[in-house]
Amino acid sequence: MYATRSRQARPEPFDVRPTIAERLGLPYMDVPLMIAALALVGFSVFVLAEATRGDVPGDPSFFYERQAIYAALGIVGMVLLARIDYSRFRELRVGIYTFMCVSISLVFVFGFAARGSRRSFDFPFFSFQPSELGKLLLALALAGFVIDGARRGSERQRTARYLLLGLAPAALVFLQPDLGTSLVFAVVTLAVIYVAGVSWTHFATIGAAVVASVVMILVVSPAVGTPVLKGYQEERLTSFLNPSEDPSDAGYQQNQAKIAIGSGQKTGRGDQATQTRLDFVPERHTDFIFAVVGERYGFMGAALVLSLYALLIWRALRIVTLSKNLYGTLVAGGITAMLMFQVFVNVGMNLGIMPITGIPLPLMSYGGSSVLATLLAIGVLESIYMQARLSQKSRLSWN
Amino acid sequence: MYLRSDERPPQMSSGFALRVAIMGGVALAMFAVIFFRLWYLQVLSGDRYLAEANDNRTRETRVIAPRGEIVDRDGEVLVRNRTSLALQINAQELPADEAERRAELARLAKVAEIPLRKLRRTIREELLVSPSSPATVLQDVDSELIYFLEENKERFPGVAVGKVFVRRYPNGTLAAHLFGTVGEVSKEELKQVRYRGLESGDTTGKDGIEYEYDRYLRGRAGATLIQVDSFGRPKGELRSVEPMPGDNLRLTIDADLQAAGEGALSSQGLPGAFVAMDVDTGEILAMGSNPTFDPADLISPTQAEVDAIYRDPVAAPIVNRAIAGLYPTGSTFKPITSVAALASDAVTPSEIIVDDGAFTLGGITFQNAGGAAYGAIAMQTALQFSSDVFYYTLGDRMNDNERSGPLQRWARKLGIGRETAVDLPGEAEGLLPTPAWRNELYRKELTDRPWSAGDNVNLSVGQGDLQADPLQMAVAYAAIGNGGTVVRPHVGLRIEDAAGRIVQEVEPGPVRKVPIDPEWRQVILDGLHDAAQAPGGTSYNVFGGFPVPVAGKTGTAERPPHGDQSWYVILAPYPDPRIVVAVTFEQGGFGAETAAPAAATILSEYFDTQSKTITPVAGAVE
Repeated sequence: MYATRSRQARPEPFDVRPTIAERLGLPYMDVPLMIAALALVGFSVFVLAEATRGDVPGDPSFFYERQAIYAALGIVGMVLLARIDYSRFRELRVGIYTFMCVSISLVFVFGFAARGSRRSFDFPFFSFQPSELGKLLLALALAGFVIDGARRGSERQRTARYLLLGLAPAALVFLQPDLGTSLVFAVVTLAVIYVAGVSWTHFATIGAAVVASVVMILVVSPAVGTPVLKGYQEERLTSFLNPSEDPSDAGYQQNQAKIAIGSGQKTGRGDQATQTRLDFVPERHTDFIFAVVGERYGFMGAALVLSLYALLIWRALRIVTLSKNLYGTLVAGGITAMLMFQVFVNVGMNLGIMPITGIPLPLMSYGGSSVLATLLAIGVLESIYMQARLSQKSRLSWN
Repeated sequence: MYLRSDERPPQMSSGFALRVAIMGGVALAMFAVIFFRLWYLQVLSGDRYLAEANDNRTRETRVIAPRGEIVDRDGEVLVRNRTSLALQINAQELPADEAERRAELARLAKVAEIPLRKLRRTIREELLVSPSSPATVLQDVDSELIYFLEENKERFPGVAVGKVFVRRYPNGTLAAHLFGTVGEVSKEELKQVRYRGLESGDTTGKDGIEYEYDRYLRGRAGATLIQVDSFGRPKGELRSVEPMPGDNLRLTIDADLQAAGEGALSSQGLPGAFVAMDVDTGEILAMGSNPTFDPADLISPTQAEVDAIYRDPVAAPIVNRAIAGLYPTGSTFKPITSVAALASDAVTPSEIIVDDGAFTLGGITFQNAGGAAYGAIAMQTALQFSSDVFYYTLGDRMNDNERSGPLQRWARKLGIGRETAVDLPGEAEGLLPTPAWRNELYRKELTDRPWSAGDNVNLSVGQGDLQADPLQMAVAYAAIGNGGTVVRPHVGLRIEDAAGRIVQEVEPGPVRKVPIDPEWRQVILDGLHDAAQAPGGTSYNVFGGFPVPVAGKTGTAERPPHGDQSWYVILAPYPDPRIVVAVTFEQGGFGAETAAPAAATILSEYFDTQSKTITPVAGAVE
C-alpha cells in the first residue's frame, strides 16, 4: 500500500521519456546521408512511375509500386540496422561469410534462369538475388577477418588470405554469370584491404595483376582460342571504345542511351522522351535508368541525381574517418567503395564512357534486391556513425 | 603495414588519412569526369542528339494513290485499277546475320519461284533508291503463296504482302496502242521537273496516254508518319495525309467505233492503221494499229512477251502505225495537190487538161495506173477517176528547182511532213520532199541527183520520197473538209474528278487556219464524192451503195521493196463532213481493195447503218 503510493507520488528522477525520433535513433544519425539515400530512392519511384507507365500492359503501376514496396522494406531495415551496434557482425563473420557463399551457390541449384544466367531465387511474389546482398555481407565479413587475422602470419600471407576470401565469392558470382556484380565483389575486397592498410607494394602488385588479367581475358585468351568471357560479355566490354561501329548490337544500346541523354538537353523532354519511352534504350528501368533521368529531366535532373550521389559518397567517406573502431572503418570503406564503383560504372556506361557491365545504379535502378541491399548498407553506415557519436559522447561525459 | 585493431582510433594515423584522402580524390575526379561528360552531351551537343532522337522514332510510309481511270467519250471504262497483292521485303526486318539472311532469301526465292539472283538484285536496287520503304519483288502473288507465307511467318521475317494498284484493261486489246504503260518512276525521271513531288516507288505513266496525262492521272500519294519503337513496331500514328486518287480521263475515243475499226484492221490480217477524227474539233474518235497486243501483258511482261511485243522488227506490234507508220500516200495526196494548184493559179476549177494516158517529162514517161486514158477532164473528174496525168501536169506546173513551190508550201500548211501535235508521245514527223532538202543531200553527196521537176511530179500523186502517217492525212483532209482549219488532233476530252465533276477540258485550239476558197473546197469534195459514189469512181464499188453521201479517195502507193501501200481517206457526210477516216494497209494492194472496205466498216459503225458487211469488189482500179 505504502510502497505503491510512494511510487505513485514520487516522480522518477530521470523521467525523460524518449520521443519517437529518439527511439528510432534519429538524433544520432547522419542526417545528410539519410536524406541523400531517401531522396534517391524516392526519386527512383517517381521516375519509374513516370517512365514505365506503358511497359507492362494493363498494369501501369507495376514497376513503381514494387519499387516503393522494396524501398519501404529497405528503409525499415535501414533504421533497424542503424540501431544495432554493427560491431556484433564482426563476431558473426564466419556465419555471415558462410551464409553468403552458400546462398550464392544455391542459386546454381534452385536459381531462376533469366537471359542465360542464374542470379536469383524466384519466390511467389518476388525474386531475390543473393549476390546483391552479398556485396554488403562480404564487406561485413571480410572486415572481420582482416581484424581477426591481425596478428597471424606475414603480411604477404595475410594479403593473399584476404584476397582469396574476397575473390572466392566473386568467382562464384562470375560463374552465374554476372560479370558486373563479381567486379563489385572484387572492388569491395580491394577497398577493405586498402583501408586496412595493405602495403603499397602489395596494392601495386594486385593492380598490375588486374591489368594483366584484363589483357589476358580480352586479348590473349580469345586469340589462343580459349575465351574466358562469353561473346556478348566481351562485346559489351569493348563496344564503348568504338560505339558507332555497329549500331545494331551492344554499341547500339550505348549509342541509344547517349542519344537519349543528349536529347534531354538542359531541361529535359518530359513525356516527349521518345528514346526511353519507345524502347530505343534497353533495360531502361534498371541499368539505363540514368538515361531516363537524363532524357526526361535534362541536365538539371541528371545533375540533381549526381549531386545526391556526391552527397551520399561524401558522407560515407566521412563515416570511414569517424568510426570508433577499425572494424567500422573497414566496413565503411568497403561500402563506400562499393557505392562509388557502382555509381561511376553505371553512370559512365549511360554516358558512353564505361563498358556495359550490368551494374545497377544504387537506389535508382529498379530491383528489390539491389534497393534493399543498398539501403541496408546505408543502415550499416548509419550504425557506424551512430556508434561513433555515442562513444564520443560517452567519452566526453565519462572521461 | 596493416593497422592494428587495438591501436588508437584510426583517424589519428597519417597513413590512414592519406588513404582516405586518395579515396576522396578518386571520388572527386570521378564526379568531375561524369559532370563534364554530362555537360558535353546535354548542353554542348544536345541539339545534335535531339535531332538524332527525332530521326530515330518515326517512319514514313507512303500510301499509294490509285491512278485515275481512263474512259471513252461515253464513259465506258477502258482502263481501271485493280488491287494486286505484291510481295514486299522490309530490308530492316531481315535477319541481321548474313548467313540467316541468305538462307531466308533462298527459301523465299524457292517458294515464290523467282530466280534468287533476280530477287537479290531487285532488293538491292530498290534499297538503293529508297532505303526505308519496302521493296516490291513480285506482283500479283497468287493466294497459295500468300497463305504459305502467312502460315510460316516466323520463317520469313521482313517479308510482307502489300496491296498495290495494277492497271486493268476490261476491253482486252481495245485501243492498246493509246494507253501506254505504267511503271515505277526511275531515278533519272525523279530529277526532272515533270516528276516533281514524286518519290521513288511511285508509279508514273511511261508511254501513251498514261504518259501524256500522267499529271492528272497519277494523283498524289498520301503519307502516314508513324512513331516506331526500336524494333520498328508501330506505336502510333503521328499524322497522316490521305492519298488523293488520280483524276479520271475521258477520251474522245468512242469504244464502239474503236472496236469496229480494229475489227476492220484485223479482218484484213495486214499490218496497218486507221484514224477516225472529228473534222472540226480534231477529236480522235478512234485510232488503231495492227498488229496489236494485250496491254495487260506489259504490266509485268515475261521475256517471251517482251520479245514478241517490243523486239519484233517486222510486225512491231508496239508501234502505233497511225502516228508513227510512215508511208508514201499515193493518190490520197491528190486533194492536197489540188488545193495547192488552185491556190497558186496553176489550174482553175474548170480548166480542162487532156489525159492521154501518159505524161512525158525530160524524156521520162509517167503513165496512169493500169495504162488508162481519161481524155479531156477537169479537176472534179480527175479526182473521180484518179487521173495521174492530170496531177502530173499540175506537179510540173508548180515545180521550182531551187525553193519550195506551192505544192510543198501547201502540203506543209496542211500538216504533211510535220508533227500534228497530237497528245500522244512517239509521233513521227514524216518527210515532205522539198528542193532544199534534196539539194542539200546532193551537196553532201548522199543522193545521186539534185531536185528536178520529176520529184514534184511524183509528189503531186503522193509518190517518191513522201512519208506521211494516217493521222497527218486525216488532219489535211479535215482542213479541206472544214474549209481551212488545221485542227490539232487529240484523244483527251476532259479531266474529271472521281465524282465526275469536270476538272479541266482538253480543248486544244486549231494549229492554224489556211485560206481555202469555198470554190476550191467544193470542187475537191465534189470530185471525192464522185470518186466514192458516182459510177466509175475509184471506190464506187465499195461506197456506191453506202446510205450516207461521202467523199473519199483511194491511194495505192508503190513502196519498194514492199508491196503496194493501200490507202483510203474519206470525209463524211458529203457535202458537210463531220468525220474524216484515214485507213492504210502495208502491202494492201489497191486502195479500193483493202483500205476502202475497212473505212466503210468504220463509217457504218459511225452512222450506225446496217450495211456493215461490205465486201471488196475485185477488179477495182485506181
